Amino acid sequence: MEHIVIIGNGISGVTAARHIRKLSDKKITIVSAETDYFFSRTALMYVYMGHMKFEHTQPYENWFWKKNRIDLKKAYVRDIDVASKTLHFEEGENLRYDKLIIATGSKPNKFGWPGQDLDGVMGMYHKQDLDNLEKYAPNNNVCKRAVVVGGGLIGIELVEMLHSRHIPVTFLVREDSFWNGILPKEESAMINKEILSNNIDLRLGANLKEIKADENGKVKSIIIAETGEEISCDVVGLTAGVSPNIDFIKNSSIETGRGVKVNPFLETNIKDVYAIGDCAEQREGIDQRRPIEAVWYTGRMMGETVAQTICDNRKAYQPGPWFNSAKFIDIEYQTYGWVWAQKKDNEARFYWEHEGGKKCIHLNYDKNTREFLGINNFGIRMRHEFFDKVLNLKQSVDYVLEHLADANFDPEFYKLHEKEIVTKFNQENNTNIQLKKKSWKRIFQTS
Amino acid sequence: MKNIQNIGLSLFLIGLAIFTSLIFLGKYQLSSEVFESIVSNKGIKSELFINDIKNNVIDQEFSGPFSFSTKITSALESANEAHKKNEEWDKVIWDKPHSFSYEIAKYAGKGSIKENKGFYWWLTFGLGIIGALLFIIPNVIILGPPGIKNNGIYHHKAMNRGWIGWFAFIFLVSFYLLLYFRPDYIVNWTYTVDPISESLNGNLASQWFLYGFLYCTVMTVMAIRMYIKYRHNKYQVLRTTSVLFFQIVFAFLIPEILVRFEKPWYDFKNAFPLDYDFFYSWNLDELIASGGLGLFILIWGIVLTLVIVPVMVYFFGKRWYCSWVCGCGGLAETLGDPYRQLSDKTLKSWKLERWVVHGVLVFALIMTGFTLYAYFSESQYVIGINTQSIQDIYGFLIGAIFAGVIGTGFYPIFGNRVWCRFGCPLAAYLGIVQRFKSRFRITTNGGQCISCGNCSTYCEQGIDVRAYAQKGENIVRASCVGCGICSAVCPRGVLKLENGPELGRINPTEILLGNDVDLMDLLNKK
Repeated sequence: MEHIVIIGNGISGVTAARHIRKLSDKKITIVSAETDYFFSRTALMYVYMGHMKFEHTQPYENWFWKKNRIDLKKAYVRDIDVASKTLHFEEGENLRYDKLIIATGSKPNKFGWPGQDLDGVMGMYHKQDLDNLEKYAPNNNVCKRAVVVGGGLIGIELVEMLHSRHIPVTFLVREDSFWNGILPKEESAMINKEILSNNIDLRLGANLKEIKADENGKVKSIIIAETGEEISCDVVGLTAGVSPNIDFIKNSSIETGRGVKVNPFLETNIKDVYAIGDCAEQREGIDQRRPIEAVWYTGRMMGETVAQTICDNRKAYQPGPWFNSAKFIDIEYQTYGWVWAQKKDNEARFYWEHEGGKKCIHLNYDKNTREFLGINNFGIRMRHEFFDKVLNLKQSVDYVLEHLADANFDPEFYKLHEKEIVTKFNQENNTNIQLKKKSWKRIFQTS
Repeated sequence: MKNIQNIGLSLFLIGLAIFTSLIFLGKYQLSSEVFESIVSNKGIKSELFINDIKNNVIDQEFSGPFSFSTKITSALESANEAHKKNEEWDKVIWDKPHSFSYEIAKYAGKGSIKENKGFYWWLTFGLGIIGALLFIIPNVIILGPPGIKNNGIYHHKAMNRGWIGWFAFIFLVSFYLLLYFRPDYIVNWTYTVDPISESLNGNLASQWFLYGFLYCTVMTVMAIRMYIKYRHNKYQVLRTTSVLFFQIVFAFLIPEILVRFEKPWYDFKNAFPLDYDFFYSWNLDELIASGGLGLFILIWGIVLTLVIVPVMVYFFGKRWYCSWVCGCGGLAETLGDPYRQLSDKTLKSWKLERWVVHGVLVFALIMTGFTLYAYFSESQYVIGINTQSIQDIYGFLIGAIFAGVIGTGFYPIFGNRVWCRFGCPLAAYLGIVQRFKSRFRITTNGGQCISCGNCSTYCEQGIDVRAYAQKGENIVRASCVGCGICSAVCPRGVLKLENGPELGRINPTEILLGNDVDLMDLLNKK
């Protein structure tokens, strides 16, 4: 029986394993050094915040793996011998494979800051980071202040986590507005306000110079590069992005760049070795995507796809329209299609913000063809199916606005803003778009 | 703000302590005039019992409810034993001993509590309500801006089966045991609500009036907590208002006022088989004897169960009843909300749930079948089984132990919907309709789920919501009461409660939305 070995028990590896099992009877082994069972990395924050216990982050009960004949091996892979198709574990054992899927995910970036390995300095990525945070920041007596470095999604999550335990937080963001490499300036400004309104000490345009230690080798303070200001703190969170977790592969003949190089079929340069998820690097970005996509959803899709290839239905990774989501403290965010931080030449934009300052939508469309290109929605939930269809069919922005009521996914009885949005669009663009009433027929395509 | 909360907590605990201590206080003395009027009112023919009471109880002072109760109940039991032995059936007193003892104790009590009912109401209910509100209302500021604020729930000793949780468990279970089985111990509690009872229905408060009043009070106070916690979520605000309205108006005020006009006590929203004694002969007789209104109630009760309930479930799901109207649901969604995360999400518990809840439904139907057969055939026995004893077993096991002691008492340990999930025969019936013939579903938003598990954790019915959401599959489950909390706690906008066309309501998927269109077509449509 063919033996499929998967390194990494995150969403990519586990999705691949589940789909291989659905499609075949192959022997499957998942190797991980991090935890015994698959858990949702994105949910680690809720464990620290007390919303959940760690076991709640595990999507499958423990019997699931045996029942589905997926062997779990807790070990750290030291290196891969592709000639003999063998994994060598740190612990000394070996494991033979017929096909290998590398799904080792990411690790937090460290940029060689002085003091970056001190006690009390941590990322927020692994289960071990959570344990570390619990140790160094259990409450605001032990941790009088924390500094979070890096203004991305993990950074703001870590800020929210610490804030939930009433620990004062200083948030160093390199950019002059939060996440403005991704978000247009309006949305970015809205999140700046959300951060400040939670009494977070937000420092925009601030870089870390160094982390200083006390006599025990524990964090004492940090220095800001631009001003030289010293901020005393007990914990430093380094959340300046992630990069592929592939150090153990570097000595093998598997080709790597920043990540493990793969072709559109998620195959590496070595036969029978595949890479998926955060650690995979496409030779060229698909559609307008980046070569490395460190997102939950793309990891899952690559897992779904590689399972087909391994089970003799060779499939290229061809994801549909881009989508993503996040939550910035109390403001939910979803995006469908592309809304770049900077408008491109052929693009036109429409922005609507609610008077309360916690909801907005931002539409992107082609100014010549009026093709709808993407939406950012903050504080309003939108239907994935609606936008997936709109983007696949290349519908116009006018179509989207007409059918905005179909697109809404907020809970029942929520105040709807579609009329206001369409009116504003008409005013700004001299159009006469009429909002259609919500139609179950259209939503569920029953007609 | 913290200080206000601490003052509130202290006042609440003082109120609770006084309330609890009332059980042990008070004096009881039965005068012969009072006793004689009870004897003649109830038509008691047992000279053994009458003499026993005259010799051992009358004009003696008892310093607490326990010794008084013991005297009455033992007198009753020994008298009954003798009469049964001699087959003097007309002399047997068929009342439940402690209910009978309650009626006597209600008159025999004396002293400060009975003389200062209003004052003691303020010391117990008053302090409790004020204290609780002082504890709850500062959360408007303490919780921070509107939004999901479940911070620290699993670090808290009340909400994560810590010692406070276990203490609440013991308190609630004891309360229900007293209420159902030892009403004569809690006579003092009923004194405090006598004035309210008299103003509503014209009578002194029974233990059930006390329970009804307490129920409404607790729900109101905890509904304020819900309003604050979910003030950003209009679905939760409206739903909370709805359950509160139906409890106070339909389950409390209307029935009590009906009694004032000498009509049968009836809760118009309480549908059979949750209202399991609706078809009991005494109820049917009373309704038929009550003229036009009685007849209306009889027809309404039948139409409610056979037509209104299933039709409404078809259009809106069982939520219209379970989390918008029902009193049990109302308490679960207010008092029980802090415990919702404690429900068991395992596959095992789901299997158990299906056996137990449908078992109770079958039990209720069989019991009612026997009851009706006995009613129309005018015989006590059906195929050699005494219908009375089936009713007694049902009333004890399901009506009292399951719905009350376990259903509410176990909130702090097994979550707030133990009764609704495992025990309620009406929920089982609604669930079958919801699963097979309804427009209701929780729509999963394409591929947006990140498997974080907030939805499953906070599902009071123990549904593993995530298991569906992460497959891109809608949630269509018999047990879902549509409380909407899964949708509220989802950080990525994945879940929406909707009533839509039946076609495509159940949509198992292999590949989630967002991946290769061809691959999705290939696998999802085969």
